[in-house]
Amino acid sequence: MGLINMPYKIIKKIQLGNSGTLFEMDIDAPLIANKAYAGNFILIRINEQGERIPLTIADYDRDKGIITIVIQVVGKSTLLLSHQNEGDEILDVVGPLGNKIYIEKYEYPIIIIGGGVGIAPCYPQAKELRQAGNKIISILGARTKDLIFWREKMASVSDQTIICTNDGSEGIEGFVTKPLKELISKDKISLVIAIGPMIMMKNVAELTSGIEELPKVKTVVSLNTIMIDGTGMCGGCRFPAKDGQIHFACVEGPDVDGHIIDFDILLNREKRFAEFEKKSYDLYKKECKHLKIG
Amino acid sequence: MKIPRQKMREQDPSERIHNFSEVTLGFTEDMVKIEVERCLQCGDPKCVNGCPVNIDIPNFIRLIKENDLLGAIRNIKEYNILPAICGRVCPQEVQCEKACILSKRWEPVAIGALERYVADWERENQLKECPDCEAPNHIKVAIIGSGPAGLTCAADLARAGYDVTVFEAFHKGGGVLVYGIPEFRLPKEIVEDEIDTLKMLGVKFEYNRIIGKTLTVNDLKEMGFKAFFIGVGAGLPSMRKIQGIHLNGVLTANEFLTRANLMKAYKFPEYDTPIKIGKVITVIGGGNTALDSARVALRLGAEKVIIVYRRSEAEMPARREEYHHAVEEGVEFQFLSNPTRFLGDKDGNVVKIEVIKMKLGEPDSSGRPRPIPIENSEYLIDCDTVIIAIGTDANPILTKTIPELKTTKWGYIEADENGKTNLEGIFAGGDIVTGSATVISAMGAGRKAATAINLYLKSKY
Repeated sequence: MGLINMPYKIIKKIQLGNSGTLFEMDIDAPLIANKAYAGNFILIRINEQGERIPLTIADYDRDKGIITIVIQVVGKSTLLLSHQNEGDEILDVVGPLGNKIYIEKYEYPIIIIGGGVGIAPCYPQAKELRQAGNKIISILGARTKDLIFWREKMASVSDQTIICTNDGSEGIEGFVTKPLKELISKDKISLVIAIGPMIMMKNVAELTSGIEELPKVKTVVSLNTIMIDGTGMCGGCRFPAKDGQIHFACVEGPDVDGHIIDFDILLNREKRFAEFEKKSYDLYKKECKHLKIG
Repeated sequence: MKIPRQKMREQDPSERIHNFSEVTLGFTEDMVKIEVERCLQCGDPKCVNGCPVNIDIPNFIRLIKENDLLGAIRNIKEYNILPAICGRVCPQEVQCEKACILSKRWEPVAIGALERYVADWERENQLKECPDCEAPNHIKVAIIGSGPAGLTCAADLARAGYDVTVFEAFHKGGGVLVYGIPEFRLPKEIVEDEIDTLKMLGVKFEYNRIIGKTLTVNDLKEMGFKAFFIGVGAGLPSMRKIQGIHLNGVLTANEFLTRANLMKAYKFPEYDTPIKIGKVITVIGGGNTALDSARVALRLGAEKVIIVYRRSEAEMPARREEYHHAVEEGVEFQFLSNPTRFLGDKDGNVVKIEVIKMKLGEPDSSGRPRPIPIENSEYLIDCDTVIIAIGTDANPILTKTIPELKTTKWGYIEADENGKTNLEGIFAGGDIVTGSATVISAMGAGRKAATAINLYLKSKY
């Protein structure tokens, strides 16, 4: 395999759903693809002025040397990334970071919950765990049906797929916890995996922690906290355990035991740059309007 | 000695706290002419032994005196490929200048300032030339980490004819020189320029490569690399589990400095990486990293910066010069104080730290007096940000993927004085062996390892 700083070219870009905010991108990154596995993430820096943002690897193809990411526009960096097109190059891509998921054949089914853009990283996990002989029940949730994607792709690696939307525009009306509660109260489940907004992961972890007559089910959540280097150096990604211990999402995660996390502190930590994020986003949107981008 | 030591020109403190430009401005030509006259050209120069890379100091000073600046820089580069960096960040006061014979009765020759002068002269006049190299031998050597140890090792091996590739996890080369040391102490264009010298030597740089993740040492072996130098530094920030550590506004010096230096957060929103600071900042620790953090905070607009250190002024591990700079700039110091907890408001932002007063006891394993808490002496300091700069530990990412490599119980790599590890062909040096130390000691380790790698490869190929 050759080295010499290859450009990270966007090979393919497609819009997902109908919201105009979700995009799937294939990036030419053979060294990363070669080592990537379910659970790993990358850090990217789009251009010289860019910040380093973590993105979970949603798929990879070792033969073609590409990794797939799915992004949802939530701030400046993701909006800027969504404005990159096939053939454009991303300045820096580094990885694969974080730990691979733990694979085992469990006695009972596994429930994999993807919320919004979090559906994407569920795919490689479902795929690998199913290949290991597990029964997979997938729950895909979002605010509305336009934000649901990869229905067939997820169905292809699941024994059962449940869709739910807050507004009832598709599938069950309500949060992902609604079908989850039903499933864990009636059947034995070995493992729950939840990837999505922090608040969703918090609610899932609470529901499976052994409350209200419900059984306690081991629950793994994927933390995509604010970080810079992704190798344990900055400490920005740290999250508190309920016992006060300090953990680093980048090197101990991204997949961690959802029952140990103090979500309330973590939710607050993730807001610490909110005013800056808004300023950055507003300035860039203004610039886009001026330059007629997007 | 009638001629006094020339005094380094500096930006005025009241001005410099509003910018990120370099604090020290270097010597003028006239100052250099005076300063070189102070060197006694000792027959048995002590300064050379005081230098971890044994620069031939009297000779380069003599060449300056003879007005042969090109000769002087060539002479320095025989020993040190990064003179513009070392002239700025080496603690000369405890190395070459401490050994200078003049320092017994007068002030030592300003060796660091002279080294910097010739390096800057070469760069500013674009006279950089490719140092002499042996003919290429096409033997591939991998340098893991592009900090001072790795850069020095890479340069020496490239000059010995090896095909050298440096692997760096970040998107920029220099390691702690770019993410840790701030612009006003070491301008980043100087680091880039010194890295360009290595490129002239044929050294290749592979950025965004985390060895242990993107590639393993075994992958590199398969690619034909015959020897390895590990100089990955000690990157993990130490953090203590104390009450309030998870509050917003409490962060590590690593995060604070990486945001400011590597990611240029001080230029937000032109650069996307944000940094939050507030009015009053406390920095915990007494090393160079603590001082760097404090001084960056001032330049970001902090109204008040307080350094909280558990020992006294005399035990501070920071360079004296930097301590004086910090004092001049208005950084306040609370010595013999140690934080006991951080207190937050209802929104989870830090607003106060509680510290306990300390007294000094018997020397501990570090040789410095052990700080002992004084019971019931706690008091509160109001603040908006707390920066923790109490040291760093070894990062296990690489060593975890080479389980046969011997490490200490703290995770540092076990290597002899020549950087040899227990594994054939794998050498290590710098902070990943010694724990946090200085730029120049890492460079010294890189140099010794380069010699050992050369001997090893010569014996095999």
